[in-house]
Order: sequence, then C-alpha cells, then structure tokens
Amino acid sequence: MKCVFVTVGTTSFDDLIACVLAPDSLQKTESLGYNRLILQIGRGTVVPEPFSTESFTLDVYRYKDSLKEDIRKADLVISHAGAGSCLEALEKGKPLVVVINGKLMNNHQLELAKQLHKEGHLFYCTCSTLRHCTPAW
Amino acid sequence: MMCVLILAAAAGAVAAFLILRIWVVLRSRDFTPRESLSILVVAGSGGHTTEILRLLGSLSNAYSPRHYVIADADEMSANKINSFELDRADRDPNNMYTKYYIHRIPRSREVRQSWPSTVFTTLHSMWLSFPLIHQVKPDLVLCNGPGTCVPICVSALLLGILGIKKVIIVYVESVCRVETLSLSGKILFHLSDYFIVQWPALKEKYPKSVYLGRIV
Repeated sequence: MKCVFVTVGTTSFDDLIACVLAPDSLQKTESLGYNRLILQIGRGTVVPEPFSTESFTLDVYRYKDSLKEDIRKADLVISHAGAGSCLEALEKGKPLVVVINGKLMNNHQLELAKQLHKEGHLFYCTCSTLRHCTPAW
Repeated sequence: MMCVLILAAAAGAVAAFLILRIWVVLRSRDFTPRESLSILVVAGSGGHTTEILRLLGSLSNAYSPRHYVIADADEMSANKINSFELDRADRDPNNMYTKYYIHRIPRSREVRQSWPSTVFTTLHSMWLSFPLIHQVKPDLVLCNGPGTCVPICVSALLLGILGIKKVIIVYVESVCRVETLSLSGKILFHLSDYFIVQWPALKEKYPKSVYLGRIV
C-alpha cells in the first residue's frame, strides 16, 4: 500500500489541505500508484470527511503525540515548511515535498526550504504549483 | 525652578546608574564552575517547542531543576514537555527524581497579530514575566526565538541590573533562520551572553555569534 502523508504541524494551512483534496489532485495521487492519503490538519478549519473505498483510503486527524509512525509508513511526505516536520521526515529518509504557506508573516520558512532544496534534500513549491512538482510525485 | 533642576539631576543620575549597570551586566562573564545549573527554558508554541526539546535531548543532568515557560493555553507544548521528561526519566533511572516545572505566561504576540498591538501585549507579558523570573531566579535562561522569550530575557537581564542575580542568557536561533535573524534574534543579539546560529551565512553576518553547525 503506497501512502502519502500530509502534515501541517501545529499550524493551520487550509490552502494545502484544500489543494491536496481537489479532484484533479486526488486523481493524480491515485494515478501515481498511491492508495492511501493521510492528512494531519493541525489547527485547520477545513476538516475533510475520511473515507475508504476498495482502491483508496483517506485518513484525517488533527494531532497525534508523535508523527513518527505515520512518517515511517509514508512513501511520500508533503509538509508545511516547519523545521520540526522537515527534519523528522528527512531523518526517516522520506521523499519530501515542502509547501510554502504564502500567508505567513515574512515567510521565514521559505529560507529553510530553499536551503535544504539547494542541498538536494527536498522539493518545494506553493499550493498553486504543487501539482507541477512532478519530479517528487 | 530649583525643584525641577533637582528632579532633573536625580533623573539623570538614575539614568546614568542604570546605563552603567546594564553595561556591567552585559559585559560580565561568570565562569565560576558549578555542579549544577538551574535552567529556565522558554518553549514557544509548535515548532519552537519541538526544536528546543530536540536541543535539550543531550542535556546532562547537571542542568536541573528545569523550569519550562509556555504560553497560556498551549497544552500541546505542555504535553510535549511531559513526554520528553518522562522519556528522559525512563532512559536514565538515576534521573528519576530530577524535578521539572511548567510555568505559564500570556503570549507576547499571536501569529499574524499586528505590530502596533504587539507592543502592548509584549509590555503586558513583561509585567507578568518579571515576577516569574524573580521567583525562579534561574542560573541560565535558554530560548530559541518565539516572541514569548523577549519579555523573559529582558526580565532576566533586569534581575542582573537590579543586583539581584546575574542570569546567563543563551539564545539559539531557530534552524529555520538561514540568511536572516528573527525579530527576537535581532533584539536578543545584543542582550544575550551566548548567541548561537545554525547556518554559516548568519555567522558571516554576525561574527560575534557562535556557530556549531546544526544542533537540533
């Protein structure tokens, strides 16, 4: 079972959740061979309904004591640009796509994403360019 | 007229004295070897708490008791801290009785809060931080950048200025900060005893900082 884990840490990042759940995104996810999508939504106000079909499962939750297990199970991690989330995913050796939240003050998270990308550790994009982030997908 | 002059002279003397005290406190480096250091850790919300707990992962038992300061209603940080301390106690049975405490103060600034209103909430936080610092009187304050740490560090500095206790202030800039310092960093760069950055570009810009690579 190939799994995508989406995490926003303790923040609210509704744009990312909405983007990942858009019909064409879900289609793309499935077409790339993933049949499980786990959304850790933090403080977000977009709360999708989990579902499970024969071919695809969607899990949703706000927080867990530790994300280690979900990161371990994932084949791809899509994360907000928080340091903790990035470091945890990279320490587990997972392919990582970081999505920058354009609505944050001064967007300091962009610095870390850019630097880690320069060093070849992850891909980064915004919500609107996520679907074009094909190398990672 | 005389009264005004006397008052002005008195105010001038107090100001001069305070400036001298600030200069003395900021310059002093206390190298007395000690068996243990009580440490006050500022745990800002979310990622800041995660980072600072990663930092504390390798801390020796000499740093105790540990006092954690979190923002009001930040139960997530409280849970993370409790898990961390439990893990620590599990890994080292001799450590079982090391005490730790969690203190709560109001936030200096909410995410996306406007800057003008931040001035007021920060002053309010200062009003409440100082009694806490005065009560705890830690040997060392450790923080990594959330707004909450500015009132705490300024309160710690005040303890020194008032001749009550010299508190060592250690600031570790978040690993997120590659090229530029956070606002807390810019403020505390001048007020801390040890200012640690985690990327070479910052060491270049701020040669007086300490660079040890990534430490979280």
